[in-house]
Amino acid sequence: MAVGPRVLEAAGFPRPGRLSRLREWWEQEHVFGYGLIVPAIVLLVTLVAFPFGMAIWFSLSDYWVGSPGGFVGLTNYRDILGNETFRQTVQNSFVFTGIAVSLKMVLGIWLAMLLARNLKFKRVIRGIVLLPFVIPTALSTLAWLWMFDSLYSVVNWTAIRLHLINAPGPNWLGQSTYAMAAVITVNVWRGLPFFAITVLAGLMAVPREYMEAAEVDGATSWDRFWHVTLPLIKPVLAVVILFSTIFTFGDFNIVQVLTRGGPINTTHLFATLAYQVGLQGGNLGQGAAISLFIFPLLALVVFFQLQYVRKE
Amino acid sequence: MAFARSRGARIRSNAFAYANLTPYIFFVLFPFYFMAVTSFKSNAELYNLKSIPFWIQTGVITEHYTFLFAKTEFVTWMKNSLLVAVVATTVSVVISILAGYSLARLQFRGAASFGTAIFISYLVPPTLLFLPLSQVVVWLGLADSITALMVTYPTFLVPFCTWLLMGYFRTIPREVEECALVDGATRMQTLWRIVLPMALPGIICAVLFSFTLCWNEFTYALTFISQSANKTAVVGVTSDLIRGDIYFWGSLMAGALLASIPIVIVYVLFLDYYVSGLTAGAVKG
Repeated sequence: MAVGPRVLEAAGFPRPGRLSRLREWWEQEHVFGYGLIVPAIVLLVTLVAFPFGMAIWFSLSDYWVGSPGGFVGLTNYRDILGNETFRQTVQNSFVFTGIAVSLKMVLGIWLAMLLARNLKFKRVIRGIVLLPFVIPTALSTLAWLWMFDSLYSVVNWTAIRLHLINAPGPNWLGQSTYAMAAVITVNVWRGLPFFAITVLAGLMAVPREYMEAAEVDGATSWDRFWHVTLPLIKPVLAVVILFSTIFTFGDFNIVQVLTRGGPINTTHLFATLAYQVGLQGGNLGQGAAISLFIFPLLALVVFFQLQYVRKE
Repeated sequence: MAFARSRGARIRSNAFAYANLTPYIFFVLFPFYFMAVTSFKSNAELYNLKSIPFWIQTGVITEHYTFLFAKTEFVTWMKNSLLVAVVATTVSVVISILAGYSLARLQFRGAASFGTAIFISYLVPPTLLFLPLSQVVVWLGLADSITALMVTYPTFLVPFCTWLLMGYFRTIPREVEECALVDGATRMQTLWRIVLPMALPGIICAVLFSFTLCWNEFTYALTFISQSANKTAVVGVTSDLIRGDIYFWGSLMAGALLASIPIVIVYVLFLDYYVSGLTAGAVKG
């Protein structure tokens, strides 16, 4: 109940000044709520929404670095769709994302099941497993670059000594199939911990009784996994797969450091091609159009995610 | 209930787990080991095809490290990284605490849509925004300065931290806040004195993740900065130690190792917060 100023005055209280009225206003739940969220919204509008709008404008203009361009409609999109390199990039992106995410999923579940056991050194093992996720990706990718070096590759050296391959072995980053394999390997190496640890969290939430009941009923370990564990961790798995897909699809660091999209553009992803065309080549219009191709996938993921969140 | 597996079966199954984990742990650690070995090897041995790459045969040398400190701006890069990470993290976590609390606790019109907006910006990858942002940075007069990074990093930190903190704020019982309000505390006092101490684990998580994300950031730091003296450690090492076709492998690996160390230290000290944040962020997100 608000107390009017007259009543307060009559009761011997001083008339509320401007300051206290301001305070009263600020104490209202909705005013306080808006007040706290304003900085975040200002930031997101000026540095995410506005640049995003700019990206769309760039993609519809012939904007070059240093020269304000004019509206050219869908010319950029038509140009890149007719461009061999771009079509190659689309294919690369799907191959890269498809294989990398599948591998991360299968290996991640497997790793999570191993980590869920009550082993000695559990903490140390989990700590080590997470390392690739924590270390700066660009830097750890440098180590891989050196490991895949055309002349001094330790991978080839080992394989040759073990008589798995004949000398000199593949030129990892110089041949398209091997380069793609290399890029995927590094992505899996770096992204697997995220999968494993989140799936592990999902596994820990599964009540032990379910597993025990299934075991008592004589279910084999494969049956237990397929019919008990997997359905129970499905929600977690769905979230991780969606997140991973979007970040793998938008990957930049690994490809930029390892191959820069080569050899002959066979490992370019949208981000690295956009960087090459838009910033190194200076054609901001086309670069923006290329990077916007990530957007439909993003929209799809956000849509599914929101459906899922709402259902929860 | 006759649910007790024999000792033998348990040992066998644990042995199976170790046997499966060992190759994976080797796979995880080998690149780091190889980095370290390379950084202490003489160039003569490094480029000798007859030598064994796995260990050092002709003696440990520190030449690559002295090169890094004497001939490159490595120290400046590390300072830049630290400065950018500290400023961007502080600003972002403060903004996120306010926004996260507001969205988790207070009722006002549009709260749900703000929540969705923050979630969507969390999913927008930096690689979608670096081209227009590079122009925004020029217009703001921040081109080629570390301030550009301090200003732009919050774009991915704030959505992430807000999302993380919303989850933590929700776990705090509402009654505690109501008591404080009834006792005459202002809303700000309630947030500051009652809610924040209780949400401390979440805040540590947010700080930790923000610091790591800043330190590791590559795309913006690569695209907005060109002068060597303004580079961050990650970009400095990956770009300045490669001259055309010449790779200074020893120093590259030394730099990569040293620039990773601050993160490893932070990580080892706060491992549990890290794991809980990773899972909370993904599962609740």
